[in-house]
Amino acid sequence: MTKGRFGIHGGQFIPETLMNAVIELEKAYEFYSKDAAFNQELDSLLKNYAGRPSLLYYAEKMTRDLGGARIYLKREDLNHTGSHKINNVLGQVLLAKRMGKTRVIAETGAGQHGVATATAAALMGMSCDIYMGHEDTQRQALNVYRMELLGAKVHPVTSGTQTLKDAVNETLREWTSRIEDTHYVLGSVMGPHPFPTMVRDFQRVIGKEVKSQLLEAEGRLPDALIACVGGGSNAMGLFYDFIQDESVALIGCEAAGLGVDTAQNAATMANGTLGIFHGMKSYFCQDEYGQIAPVYSISAGLDYPGIGPEHANLHDIGRASYVPVTDDEAVAAFEYLSRTEGIIPAIESAHAVAYAQKLAPTMRKDQLIVINLSGRGDKDVAAIARYRGVDLHE
Amino acid sequence: MSRISDVFKNKKAFIPFVTAGDPNLAVTEQLVLAMAEAGADLIELGIPFSDPVAEGIVIQKADERALAAGTTTDKIFEMVCRIRSKTEVPLAFMTYANPIFVYGADRFLSRCRQCGIDALIVPDLPYEEKGEILPYCEKYQVTLISLIAPTSKERIGMIAKEAQGFIYCVSSMGVTGVRSEIATDVRQMIDLVKAVRDIPCAVGFGISTPEQAKKMTQFADGVIVGSAIVKLVEQFGEKSVGPVRDYVFEMKRAITL
Repeated sequence: MTKGRFGIHGGQFIPETLMNAVIELEKAYEFYSKDAAFNQELDSLLKNYAGRPSLLYYAEKMTRDLGGARIYLKREDLNHTGSHKINNVLGQVLLAKRMGKTRVIAETGAGQHGVATATAAALMGMSCDIYMGHEDTQRQALNVYRMELLGAKVHPVTSGTQTLKDAVNETLREWTSRIEDTHYVLGSVMGPHPFPTMVRDFQRVIGKEVKSQLLEAEGRLPDALIACVGGGSNAMGLFYDFIQDESVALIGCEAAGLGVDTAQNAATMANGTLGIFHGMKSYFCQDEYGQIAPVYSISAGLDYPGIGPEHANLHDIGRASYVPVTDDEAVAAFEYLSRTEGIIPAIESAHAVAYAQKLAPTMRKDQLIVINLSGRGDKDVAAIARYRGVDLHE
Repeated sequence: MSRISDVFKNKKAFIPFVTAGDPNLAVTEQLVLAMAEAGADLIELGIPFSDPVAEGIVIQKADERALAAGTTTDKIFEMVCRIRSKTEVPLAFMTYANPIFVYGADRFLSRCRQCGIDALIVPDLPYEEKGEILPYCEKYQVTLISLIAPTSKERIGMIAKEAQGFIYCVSSMGVTGVRSEIATDVRQMIDLVKAVRDIPCAVGFGISTPEQAKKMTQFADGVIVGSAIVKLVEQFGEKSVGPVRDYVFEMKRAITL
């Protein structure tokens, strides 16, 4: 009877008011995902508007410097709007339009998903409202202005911890009050069914491309895939087409903030327990009474107390592993990749780079690592400067 | 089996809600006793949750105040046991799936039974997911209340068929909170229920005035009022018992006359 399960995880734990909306969405997705005209239009948008396929770049200097496995970077940062978020957003907004919706709403943490949603809304002529934690609107002021430039209205969320989870709460509340003309463009592989499946399908293009690009470059499969995980959409998109290839290690890097043994982190797999929140059963950072914990990471995009249900299941069955990466390690990796390869990664993606720095030297020189560079770091430059005690006047 | 079957017997029911622990549990205890005295037919106690997605700003703030005051599920159970030794008023818990699930559904419902909780309302547990908690409600004879919304339409029959106790009719789109006007055709929602089964229907979300309550009970079996009462608690804090008692008395009288 319950739909959208990944092992014991997933489901549809939402107010009755939203049930017909998610059922309608599920039916529409079911139909259009098999519709040739829809897929043709989406493929064309991904190619001609978002700039796909994204490059798979051999990081030669980094490889030489670390002295182990050969390292490739999947350059999702080169997509239009600067991150993998556009893949999902183009799919969902196109679907919303086919469903006859005229307005889209979305939560955003770092602002990447908000910018992508505002972009797709501008392109497809939809009105757009974005909900963003008040604290995040300050950490990412440039992205707020960017969304407004694109015609979206940005609502700072002042409830709770004023970060990503509160932005999700507020967007869910808004959707509950207006579903007739409004689609909620959920930004990650989380929430109630069908979102975890649908968002994964729209992000799956990342792993598909990696598979064929790497076969062409190296003639074989990678040994390890590394991606950062908040809700987990870029990681799921990278992992999905390799789940059956058991020789490929799947590694998700979660935000350990000041450390997994401190109160200041967002490491759900390291510290979380099974719970039901934001429409899904999965792992969450929470207390013994099921109160969701205030989490912390330098990265607004990973500052989330849960993880998508499919990741929770990959963890349960031992198919993927999840490792914590601290603020310090991520900032060091942010600087390392900038200097070594001339590529400034998003602070989220820098979590994956940091773990690759540890892993690569332990591997043989004929082994292959692919890091998902899920976004570009321009948005983080001011925050990293602050972290290093540099006062910038933009 | 429980006190719930008497709530709607030969009368229109008035069902007030307060968040347990707002401003503290000692006041909540007095509020429950005062509301029972003033004529409440069933009292809903909210177990505060860190992220109440179905609530408007008034109850969100109440949850924040209650949690900041150190309220926990265990302390609420202790309070309910004390209340139950003083009154037979039917009591329902309103909380989200996570506090129940993490406490352990079996352990939670067993404590409900021990302390004399009669019903449970879980706004993020739709029909499709009720298997998560319903078996434990049945095991410990606590009534799990089903909700229907203005968007439920063809789902109403399916929900009504399996509903127990009464049906909670969500009068408006969106979250809880006072509304000057209720635009939904609630009467039609109730008609759809009654076409399937004769089960009491109580209307909640947005109701605050005696006039609204009176209008709703022309076709509903009861009204549920939350935010309007929680606002009084917010305004008067430890001195809210008097104002809340007066309010409940006035609302009950409006639907009795």
